[in-house]
Parts: sequence; structure tokens; C-alpha cells
Amino acid sequence: MKYYTYSKNKIVPYLFIAPQILVTILFFIWPSMMAVWQSVQEGDPFGISSEWAYIYNFKDVFLSKSYLHSLWITLLYGLFVSVFATVFGLILALLVCRVKRFAYIYKILLIWPYAVAPVIAAVLFRFLLNPAIGILTEFFSLFGYEWNYHLNQWDAFWIVVVSAVWQQISYNFLFFLVGLRSIPKSLLEAASIDGASNFQRFFHITLPLLSPTTFFLIVMNLIYSFFDTFGIIHIITQGGPSNSTNILVYKVFNDGFVGLDIGVSAAQSVILMLIVTSCVLLQFKYVEKKVHYS
Amino acid sequence: MKYDLFKNFFIHVLLILCILIIVFPLYIAIVASTHTAEALLNAPLPLLPGSEGLNNYTILLTKGAEVTGGQPLLPMLYNSFKLAMIVSLGKIFVSILSAFAFVYFKFPLRKFFFWLVFATLMLPIEVRILPTFQVVSTLGLMNSFSALCLPLIASATATFLFRQFFLTIPYALADAARMDGATPWRFFKDIILPLSRMNIVALFIIMFIYGWNQYLWPIVALTDSEMSTILIGISQLMSVADQIPQWNFVMGSAILAMLIPVVIIISLEKWFEKGLVR
Repeated sequence: MKYYTYSKNKIVPYLFIAPQILVTILFFIWPSMMAVWQSVQEGDPFGISSEWAYIYNFKDVFLSKSYLHSLWITLLYGLFVSVFATVFGLILALLVCRVKRFAYIYKILLIWPYAVAPVIAAVLFRFLLNPAIGILTEFFSLFGYEWNYHLNQWDAFWIVVVSAVWQQISYNFLFFLVGLRSIPKSLLEAASIDGASNFQRFFHITLPLLSPTTFFLIVMNLIYSFFDTFGIIHIITQGGPSNSTNILVYKVFNDGFVGLDIGVSAAQSVILMLIVTSCVLLQFKYVEKKVHYS
Repeated sequence: MKYDLFKNFFIHVLLILCILIIVFPLYIAIVASTHTAEALLNAPLPLLPGSEGLNNYTILLTKGAEVTGGQPLLPMLYNSFKLAMIVSLGKIFVSILSAFAFVYFKFPLRKFFFWLVFATLMLPIEVRILPTFQVVSTLGLMNSFSALCLPLIASATATFLFRQFFLTIPYALADAARMDGATPWRFFKDIILPLSRMNIVALFIIMFIYGWNQYLWPIVALTDSEMSTILIGISQLMSVADQIPQWNFVMGSAILAMLIPVVIIISLEKWFEKGLVR
């Protein structure tokens, strides 16, 4: 599939790529290199002097209890957000796929949260779950549960999970809907003529055919929960109480801008980059596979 | 037949129930934004709209809530719009050009530049926030609108998508254009650009929402309240929300902040779907 129409022009291609290369070098390569450099340096907060720290910043990071705790919280958070967003997205897509009337209206009513910023989702849920006046707080107290995300670590964890999932369901729903609609009807009909029940058809035909979409969505959901939900944490819990919602991306921000520990913050940035890069590489494997078999 | 009818009815009920749950937070926000601050001080909160809606929104847009120093939201909405426009158009501009070069040209270091650009794929700005901040201040761009927009433009997602699309354009087309003596620029302008129209619109929607919803980078890059986006405004309102509760204004701002992106998604649903799922 490789072909080049214009191979004799010497300068023109560089003019075409120049803007992208320029912004990439200035605002991506340079900062990333700087993070890598700073992560092996030890300096004062003002960057006046620094000396080699080799891997000591990384050692500091991985030996610190608060970082390991943060890593654990991030994984737990990512797991819950991905699983809930994927499962609810799939269920809603299956339901919408089944109806003949109003499907379009249902779809519109299900996709709009995609446009809502995670920060705004956080604002909405902070109001609904406000310990003093929240409507859901009142509802919980009917069952004798004293909801308070300021004090209770698990309450805090759940409020950020729920806000993140609420915003991410529409993304999953839309991908599953498109995936479901691309499954050939004849396949399902043939199965049902052969006497396959609804459940059998779902588990033996629909689900396997959706597996590339599901895999893609799980990786995207993980990236979303690790990085895009910064605003949710910032608005609702600020990482508390006692670091129960202090996910890695929030910790990097806090250590860097508030704590001013440049070396350790840079080491954390580098670790985060490695995490995303591995997610993206996983994704690439999936894309290649998809191209291969379609 | 009867069984099918019942099943169908059951699916509709289930869907409506799910939608009610998803829409509930929005409904409560709309209700809260139509009451006075006093009505929202103590539980139980009102579940039906009040009469202060028009008044609240007028105050928010023109004067702003007093506790946060009375910043009106209208200029913030304008800033958010400007940020979203520059980021989306900027991304489309740089990436359609470079994708074109990567697909149709053969030149020294092509592979190198290709990987340089694609290294940025999906690596969000959140992970390199502090070094980006340091670079921007080294460049002396701090507290300017270009500092806000430029780092957000540096991403290969759009380049990747345009490249994928160009690869689906028949080879014969490019060959014919060259044989007819079209310069690369003519080929780009008269053939590639019109063919990419749909992709451009679809990408624009996605990138506009991406730009509008930026949060961490704006709070880091901007200290000047003149350039505040609507999300920064809300963050300021929220930081005092428990001490001086003005939930009517907070919820009103939230509604205003989501209005434009939500309207865009709903009205351009077909394009949005095309841009997102491919």
C-alpha cells in the first residue's frame, strides 16, 4: 500500500510538515525530554543548581508509601471505572439495538454526557451527594446510611468513580452500538434457526464479534480514568480524605506545583508516560490485528 | 406475538428507566439553577423548578456571583469558545498538511519525522504538565492565549486519522493529477481538501469538545482572570461552595458551561458519530 506520488520535490514536503513538527518539538519533545532529564537530576526548587541523582528519584518514588498507595488507588479506580463504563455501555447499546421505534431519540438522550466536561460531571455529583443537602444523601439516610465523602474514604472513592463512569458511559455506548449494528443479521438468524437461545447467541456470536471493540474500549477507559479525570478529583475530593482518592495524575500535579519537588515529580511524569505508552502500544497491536482480518 | 409485544414493552421501560437515571443529575441542576440561594441551604431540596431562573442566569452572565469577586460568565464563555475554535482549527490545519506530506511524498528523514509526530499519539498533556509549564515560561509565553492553545495542538490523533483516510483514496487519482501536471499544492487544494470535507467536519466536532473541556492546562497556564475559561470560573465558584453556598449560581454556571458542546453534539449527531467511531 506504499506509494508516493511526489518524490522529486525537495523542499515542499518539509513545508507541509513544518507546522506539526514545530509544535511537536516545542510542546511535546522538549517537555518530555526535560522530564526525563529532571528525573535523573537532583536540584533545588528554583532550578538554579542541580546534580546527578541517577535513579535515586525513582527509588524515592517507589519506596514512598504514599506513592505506592496512590498507584494502588489509581489501579482500583481505573478498574472500577473501566468495568462499569464498559458493562453499562454494552447493556444500553444492546437495549437500543433491540428497539425499532424511538431508537434515534434514545440514542440522543444517551450520548449527550460525552460533551459534558469531567469537571462539570463532578460539579453535578458534588451537589447530588453533598453531605449536608444532597438529594442522594437524603435518600441514603432513609436506609440509615450516613453518607459523607469528606470523612469516609470509601464514600470519597465511590463519588469519584460514579462521576467518571456517568461521563464515560456514552462513549462506550456509541462504540458498542456501531459495533452491534455491523454484526450481520444473517449470522444471528442462522443461529436461531439452528435453535440457539438468546443467551447462546449473545455469548457465542455477539460477544466474540464485539471483542475488538471491547478491548479498544477497555484501554480507552483506562487512559480516561488515569488522566482525564483529574478535574473530577480536583473539584470533589482534592485527593482526600487521607489520600483515598489521590490518583497518580493528581499526585504529580500536587507534588510538582504545590510541593515543588521537581525531581520526584519528573520521575512520576516519566512513569506516567511509560504507562500511557504501553497502553498505546497495546492499542496499536489491536489496530494491526483489525486491519489484518477485515 | 403476545410474548414479543410484552418483551418489547419491557425493553422500552428499561431504557427509559436508564435514561432517567442518566438525565437525573442534569434535571436537578436545572431545578437548582431556578431557585434562590436561600432555598438551597437546607435539605430537603426542591424537586420542581422555581421562579428565579431568568434572574439567576442574567446575574451570572452579566455580573457574576458576588462571592467569587463577581466575574461575569459571558466573557468566560467567549474565552472557552475562542480556545475551542483555535485548538480544533489549529489541530486540523497542522495535521491535514503533515498527513498529506507523509502519504504523498517521499523525502529524506520521512520515517524519522513520522515517528517523531506519532510518539505524541494519545499521550495526554496531563502527564507532562510541569515540564510543559516550564517550557512555556522559558519561551516567555506565560499567561497568553497562545500558551493556552499551542501545547493542546501538539497531538498526532488528527494526523493519524487523516493519514488513514488518505490511504483509502484511490492511488489512480493521485497519479492522474500528477500526470496532468498538477503541483502538490493544487492536488492538495483541489482534490484532497474537497474529498476530506466530511472528515474535517467530523474531526472539528470532536476537537472542539476536547478544547472546550480542557481543565488542568488552563488552570496551570493562566493566572490572568481576563482570559479565564468557563471551567476555570466554575472551579473558583466550587472552591468556596461549602463555605458560602450559592448552589443556584454554581448549577447555573454548570448548565451554561455544558450548553454549547451538548447542543453541538445533538445537532450534528451524524457527523459526531462518524468522527468518533471509525
